[in-house]
Formats: sequence, C-alpha cells, structure tokens
Amino acid sequence: MSRWKLLVLQVLVGVVAIAAWWIGSSVKIAGVLLLPPFFFSTPGDVFARVIRMFATGMVWRHLGITLLETALAFAIGAVGGIVFGFWFARKPTVAAVFDPYLKMVNALPRVVLAPIFMLWLGLGIWSKVALGVTLVFFIVFFNVYQGVKEVSAVVLANARLMGMNERQLFRHVYWPSALSWMFSSLHTSVGFALVGAVVGEYLGSSAGLGYLIHQAEGVFDIAGVFAGMFVLAAFVLVIDWAVTLVENRLLVWRPQSALLNE
Amino acid sequence: MSAPDAPPGPAATSAIRLDDVRIAFPIKGQSTYEAVASTSFAVAESEFVSIVGPTGCGKSTLLNAVAGLVKPAGGRVSVLGRPLVGLCREAGYLFQQDAVMPWKTALDNVALGLEVAGRPRAEAEREARDWLTRVGLARFADRYPHQLSGGQRKRVGLAQVLIRHPKILLMDEPFGPLDAQTRQIMGTLLLDLWAADRKAVLFVTHDLEEAIALSDRVLIMSAGPNARIIGDHRIDLARPRDTADIRLDRRFHELHRAIWSELKAEVVKTYGEASA
Ligand SMILES: Nc1ncnc2c1ncn2[C@@H]1O[C@H](COP(=O)(O)OP(=O)(O)OP(=O)(O)O)[C@@H](O)[C@H]1O
Ligand SMILES: [Mg+2]
Repeated sequence: MSRWKLLVLQVLVGVVAIAAWWIGSSVKIAGVLLLPPFFFSTPGDVFARVIRMFATGMVWRHLGITLLETALAFAIGAVGGIVFGFWFARKPTVAAVFDPYLKMVNALPRVVLAPIFMLWLGLGIWSKVALGVTLVFFIVFFNVYQGVKEVSAVVLANARLMGMNERQLFRHVYWPSALSWMFSSLHTSVGFALVGAVVGEYLGSSAGLGYLIHQAEGVFDIAGVFAGMFVLAAFVLVIDWAVTLVENRLLVWRPQSALLNE
Repeated sequence: MSAPDAPPGPAATSAIRLDDVRIAFPIKGQSTYEAVASTSFAVAESEFVSIVGPTGCGKSTLLNAVAGLVKPAGGRVSVLGRPLVGLCREAGYLFQQDAVMPWKTALDNVALGLEVAGRPRAEAEREARDWLTRVGLARFADRYPHQLSGGQRKRVGLAQVLIRHPKILLMDEPFGPLDAQTRQIMGTLLLDLWAADRKAVLFVTHDLEEAIALSDRVLIMSAGPNARIIGDHRIDLARPRDTADIRLDRRFHELHRAIWSELKAEVVKTYGEASA
C-alpha cells in the first residue's frame, strides 16, 4: 500500500468515528439521542476544550510534569533492569535464589502499590515515578536477562576463541544482544512508564494529565475528561514516534522482517 | 595406502595431535551418546589435512575438541606439542554455522580479531579492508550479516579468522553454502592464502573432490556412534594446485576411486539407519 493511500485510510477512520459520535450526540433518532451529551459530550465541545487548554497555556505545565515522571520512571527502571538482568544472567545461583520472589512481585498488580508509594514518597512526582519504575523494571529486566541468555552459543564460542576477556565479551557480545532485546520491548516499557505516571497522578496528585482527568471527572465535566484523554492519546503517539526513531537508528543491524513481526 | 588408527608421528613435529580421544554426550533420560570412539591422528606443521565422513558422524565434534570447546571423555589433545588446557588460543576456527556477530558490519566483524588483541582501531580497520578485498567483499564492508548471502557471510568469517594469523586453522565446511564454481574459486583462494605461510589446517568437508584437491592427507571417519578414523590417505598431487584443473588429473581419479570405495560403505550405513 502506498504511503498516501494508507494516510488517507487512517484519516478516514478518524473522520468516520468522529462523525458517528457527532451524529449520536446531536441528531435525534426516533426522538432520542443515542449518545446523550451529559455522558458522552460532543466533538465540538471537546475540541473547543482542547483548544482552550492550549490557548490558555495551562496544559503545558501538566504535560511537562507527566513527561518528566515518564522519563524518570523509564530511566531508573531501565538502568535497574539492565544491571539486575546482567547480574542474574551471569550468576545462575543468584537467579535461582531470587526467582520465586521476582515472580511474586511481578505478579502483583501495581495499582495496589500506588497508595503505599504515596505514603512513603508523598504526593509529589516521586510516588508516580516509583510506580512507573516497578512496571518498567520488570520488562527491561526480563528482556536483558533473555538477551544475555540467548546469545548464540556459536557466536559466543567464536568470541572466546578470538581471545576476548570478560570485559570484551560484555562489550562486543552480551551488551549488543541484551540491548537488542531491550529495544524490541522499548515501546512497551515506555508505554508502561507513562501508565505508571498517569495512574499515579489519577490516584492522588496536584499536577499532570492524570490529575486533569481526575479533576474533570470529580465535577462530571465529561468534555474535560475527553479533552484530557485526547491530549494524553496525542502525547502517547508523539512519544511512540520518537521511540520508533531511536529504535530504527539503534537496530539497523537487525533484519527488517524481525522488526515487523513485533 | 590406508592405515586405520595409525600411531601418530612424534609429538614434537605435530601441530595437532589426538591420542585415543573419546567424546561422549550426556543425554537426558538415557546414559550417554558415544559420538567419537578412541581416535588418534596427528596433523604436522604446515600440513593440510581433511576429514570426510557421513553426516552426523562427529566431524564437527572432533574440531570442537581440538578447539577446546568440547572436553573429551578420555584421551589427550595436544596442540603445538603441549597438552590442551581450556580453549585453544592458537587456533582460528571457522565454524559450520554462522559465527559472525550479527550486530557488527562486515568490516567491524573482521577488524574485531585485531581490536581484541589491542591493536589501534585505525590500523585494525585498514587491515580488515585488505582482508575483505582478498575474500572478494570489498564492496560489502558496511553491510550487516543479515544483508549478506550465506556464502558472503562465510567469507566474512574466513577473513575474521585469517586476519589474526592463527598458528593452526580449523575449518568446518567453510564452503558449504557456495555453488560449485565459487567453491573452486574459494578453494584456490584458500590454497593461495595458505601457501603464503603454511599453517597447519584441519579441514572438514562433505565434498570428497574438494578434500582431495586441497589436502596433503584425507582422513575418513566412520559413521557414528563410536565413530573412528578408518582411513588415512596421502594425496601425492604436486603443488601449487589449481583446484579446478587438478580434477582432470589421472592421479586425482585414482585417489578419488580409492577413497570413495571406503567412504561409500559408511555413507550407506548412515543412510540405512536414517531410513530404517
Ligand atoms: N551437544 C550434543 N549433545 C548430544 N549429542 C550431540 C551433541 N553435539 C553433537 N551430538 C551428536 O554427535 C554426533 C556428531 O555430531 P557432529 O555435529 O560432530 O556431526 P558432523 O559429522 O559434524 O555432521 P555434519 O556433517 O552433518 O555437520 C551426532 O550424532 C550428533 O547428534
Ligand atoms: Mg558438522
């Protein structure tokens, strides 16, 4: 499919969805509105609200806070995941001892941790960062672990016969392999960093997109809720696009089909 | 001509020497799989020795033992007169499977051997370009392995091994994925490179003609399990050789007939087992 045709189809889906929403919320069919504005608002109201959020400039501060929390959660979670992933992969005994505990913590729904983090870290950004970290850490950890474990035995033997010491093996073999696994899950882990931030804000804070949405919900301001959701969705698209750029730069050595399959 | 399990020559003159080497693999649920039974042979310095044998007989396993990647269950491997302990650092090993780093370009892969040894990057890169030219890949220096054909990857692997000037060369079907013509060209190239400094070579191949065209000696391995060396033929064809022309030589045909008659029985044995 050509790029333009794809773009036209993508836009068409959006137009149809919004048109359906608009008809449902403002045209009476057999005397009733299918989508009463009290519950569903209207495209016009939501659009006007989004414009106002940007026109008054109030949204920038919230976007900035959410972005900061996301970035911190990702960075801290990724560094932790990489360090522990390598450590566990190279020390099977350590991995075996901690295995059940890791599985236990990972199985825990993180939302239940949010109040605890707020208790420990307060209502500022750090409780949100912590929530994001618990999500990002495990994704990066498991991928790095896998990446180190899955290095082809032949490539490893070749590297050793070449005379590589542990440090060189790390640099030329384990690190690139682990990184490729980590980057293959980059979309997921960045997404989870954002989820951690927004959910944290939603549950208790004084700034951020999650806070905006929560505020609007508190007063049944449906247009405000939808506007917040749209801004959040657009924000996710931009971040995802940036991640794709990074990924394409760093994973040039991988066959294209493998990238497409993920 | 044939001398099964001939006692190897004196250790001082052998680059590689195996004494009664046995190799077994533990198999879950069963006891062990005795892949290679008591095998002895030696490769003299600057000697080019090929091993031929039916698929699955243990040729790669034997090379792995010489490289120190597999520990024999019994017997002794010596390299350059010293018993092998751990990995064999003197060996350059061209694996049967792809062993180049998929995350490095052809150039970086070839330069790696020198960089690891502590040579400055610029120098390593210059030499790597030389080697890529020698194996006919000058134009592919910036390609990643997945952008190369199987045969091109093999040649990157060859350059990666040769750039380090190893004292002994272990090659496991290096020309496996190449077409017949390119195989001959690569064979001639290998002989040229080899003639320059005459390393000891242990070369594994399925292709008996290739083995005869390249080698000083051809060893025949029996079908597994408990594979052994059952034939040892000296190839008394004059050097330098052209790997294509030599196949028209009368002596070549005599040798081929003699070795094939021994090898055929083993191949049939393996095939019989597989289809039984
Ligand atoms: N790690 C292993 N565990 C168990 N069995 C093994 C292992 N490696 C090899 N084998 C067995 O040892 C035998 C010899 O294997 P090897 O790879 O050396 O064969 P080969 O002669 O190189 O065959 P080919 O010509 O097909 O490459 C085979 O029967 C194989 O199944
Ligand atoms: Mg093999």
